[in-house]
Amino acid sequence: MTSGVDLSRPQAQTVGSDEDVVRVRQLVRTVAVAVKLSLVDQTKVVTAASELARNTLVYGGGGTVEVTAVDNGRRPGITIVFADSGPGIADLELALTDGYTTGGGLGLGLSGARRLVDDFDIQTAPGQGTRITITKWSR
Amino acid sequence: MERVPILKIGDILLVSIQVDMSDQTAVALQEDLAERIVATGCHGVIIDITALDIVDSFVGRMLSTIASISRVLDAETVVVGMRPAVAITLVELGLSLNGIRTALNVERGMELIAAERDHDRHDEFDDGSDVEPTASP
Repeated sequence: MTSGVDLSRPQAQTVGSDEDVVRVRQLVRTVAVAVKLSLVDQTKVVTAASELARNTLVYGGGGTVEVTAVDNGRRPGITIVFADSGPGIADLELALTDGYTTGGGLGLGLSGARRLVDDFDIQTAPGQGTRITITKWSR
Repeated sequence: MERVPILKIGDILLVSIQVDMSDQTAVALQEDLAERIVATGCHGVIIDITALDIVDSFVGRMLSTIASISRVLDAETVVVGMRPAVAITLVELGLSLNGIRTALNVERGMELIAAERDHDRHDEFDDGSDVEPTASP
């Protein structure tokens, strides 16, 4: 059975509308299934991707998401990069606090997504956009 | 944009979410449901999320909002069919689904709503007896 996604290369998805957020979820799920994440881990990484892709759209003014099947020699996993050229985040520590929001949401996007994955890296500065990289490893 | 259908079964509105909803679809569902509650006078809403792979903070908030709106419109909302992996993820995400009643499946959701209405009717009856006050001892 083929998933229809070439796992040897990163898969890119533009995020410019909320329909694109749905596409990101579908792409992440396809790759998460292909690298044999457990059902709970698939659910966690797709949920994290949904939160972060929505942030890319709402706060970053749109951007790109890149999904890659990875392998660290011991186990496979999935790495996802969310990049935008939006206003960036001035106070990162505050932005990563549960319940903090500037957009009228619940303020769980960043902090919640970080809890749902194994590796979480964020590069941002005011006026420099935001680049978030997350990885979930199969167990 | 896709729209989620709302079915009327007796005194209950049944919403079975079968698609991966965009945020717009979720917001439209909120509005459609409020209109249908008023138009039909239904006292119960069952939202079946059996087919949902994930519930993120946006959909979680939508479910809470629907529950609040229906309460104001005199209807009880029960969310049914949450998958175990979704429940685990929701808790880890930090979403508490405030004010949402849940049941394992549609049947139990219907029982919950029926029990709730029954309870309310008794309350109303009790209130009614207070309308004509008797001399207190």
